[in-house]
Amino acid sequence: MTFYLATFYVLGAIAVLSALLVITRRNPVHSAIFLIVTLLSVAGLYLQLQAEFLAAVQIILYIGGVMVLFLFVILLVNLEVTVRQEPFNRMWWIAGVAALVLLGELAVTYYLGRQAFAIPVTPAAALQPNTELIGRTLYQTYMLPFEIASVLLLVAMVGAVLMARRR
Amino acid sequence: MAELIDALQPYLIPTLRVVIAFLVLSLIAAAMIWIERKVLAHLQVRLGPMRVGPHGLLQPIADTLKLLLKEDIVPAEADRFIFLYAPVISVIAALTPFAFIPFAANDRAPDVNVALLFIIGVSSLGIFGIILGGWASNSHYPLLGALRSTAQLVSYEVALGFALVSALLLGGTLSMRGIVEKQAELGVWFVFLQPVAFFILFVAALAETNRNPFDLPEAESELVAGFHTEYSGFRFALYFMAEYSAMVLVSAIATTLFLGGWLRPFANTEVVIQGFDVLSLLDWMPVAVFGFLTLWLLKEIPGADSNTHRLALLIFAAVFGGVAAALLLPGVLPAVQGVFWFLFKVFIFLFCFIWFRGTFPRYRFDQLMRLGWHFMIPVAIVNVIFCGIGLLLWQQWDWNLAGAFWVGNLATLLVALLLAGRTPAGQAA
Repeated sequence: MTFYLATFYVLGAIAVLSALLVITRRNPVHSAIFLIVTLLSVAGLYLQLQAEFLAAVQIILYIGGVMVLFLFVILLVNLEVTVRQEPFNRMWWIAGVAALVLLGELAVTYYLGRQAFAIPVTPAAALQPNTELIGRTLYQTYMLPFEIASVLLLVAMVGAVLMARRR
Repeated sequence: MAELIDALQPYLIPTLRVVIAFLVLSLIAAAMIWIERKVLAHLQVRLGPMRVGPHGLLQPIADTLKLLLKEDIVPAEADRFIFLYAPVISVIAALTPFAFIPFAANDRAPDVNVALLFIIGVSSLGIFGIILGGWASNSHYPLLGALRSTAQLVSYEVALGFALVSALLLGGTLSMRGIVEKQAELGVWFVFLQPVAFFILFVAALAETNRNPFDLPEAESELVAGFHTEYSGFRFALYFMAEYSAMVLVSAIATTLFLGGWLRPFANTEVVIQGFDVLSLLDWMPVAVFGFLTLWLLKEIPGADSNTHRLALLIFAAVFGGVAAALLLPGVLPAVQGVFWFLFKVFIFLFCFIWFRGTFPRYRFDQLMRLGWHFMIPVAIVNVIFCGIGLLLWQQWDWNLAGAFWVGNLATLLVALLLAGRTPAGQAA
């Protein structure tokens, strides 16, 4: 169990640290790299929770897809302008207050709903076969919400294409 | 301490397999460079490397030594850290997936039920080595090469994914071992049920590994050498190794999904002549291959240029002869049967990669994108739909297995013809 905990804390620490580095680096390419590290360690956490399908999809979609496109766009823009710009401008205290309020809200929610967070330990066998279980859940139990979500994504995609066409 | 060892136990075999894969693939990559130069040369009626060793057999060793000893130059304005480590990302991404590929029925590869997704996911991380390496060089040609590479990979990954889906549907699982076992159970390789998907997978694999006719990221006439223009010495060798390992990887995936993995051809059929199954002679194929290589090397000895070449030929012949003899020991042949057929199929793929490089002219970039988005992806999607229908016909309505899927294949081909007629691939955008 200690090894399990150790990997959890190491992965968590890497995720949080590199997430901090994402917002403090001046060079957007470096930020993108740290974002990749964050996503990878979160994928590691999923693996630890025996959600290997989720971990694989995280790697394929977020790292292999989204982050590649992020980097693609970053390479196309002029980096020198962004490097000279101040990442924290005069409005930083408003953002700080907003972040504090959000932190407070989360703390209160956690305090009020402690029982909900006490997740019972599920036996490993209950989560296998992972892919089939997720498939059944998405396509049988939650068919309608899943389809609505995909229609929303389709609308967003068509909208993006239309906006690009208009230029 | 004992607890730590217990906890680490499950990770040992995968790690060991990655280490072995690293060693074997370095050798395969070095050998591939020689094979590629030789095959290309003979396709173009040249001799290829002939000087270093008989028929240039020692050329890979000379090349490797040269690359290792060369100076490692970092451009002055480069992003040093990223420049130094980008090739490492590519190599790791190309080698790690081999931990999940079962090379034989008796191979103890970890049998994860999402193995295929992991392989695709981890191998797609190799693109970061290319983008970051191209960007960190702080030079125009590498950057352009990296941009092209990204666009190309993102486009063809979609078609590749859809091609994999039809094999998954047939196999009913994401486990690599499960897919091969299903092919053994049905007695037919999926390539004969889903030839269109196999074709799409093959073309997408060519694009994914930046091979000719889709090697635009490193088109030397336009971009010098693409993303690795500024690299030299060992780091350049790492990119080379990553590229060849990626080729072996896609070949291994295609072999597992469509060509029955470690299964022997005609494993389920028997042609009995006078009470003897002729097809079981195929079991002796490993011995035949190594025996033939030994004999060929021995035949070359009298005609060699010098005594050093004769000695080198004799050593190679002794090694191959030793392997052939070792295969004849009791129990060895059945044990290596699976690995042999797996590697045999992989090498056929690798030969096709080289063959295509010697045959097809390079696409123009807009033609490549048009082919990807206007032809490959729609055909792949249509193919998945017909594959699903075929599955329904076969499992629910008791159609004949081949019939159910071939109706779908013909329909897909019809769609492909219509698409090809509407948007000729050669037309400018």
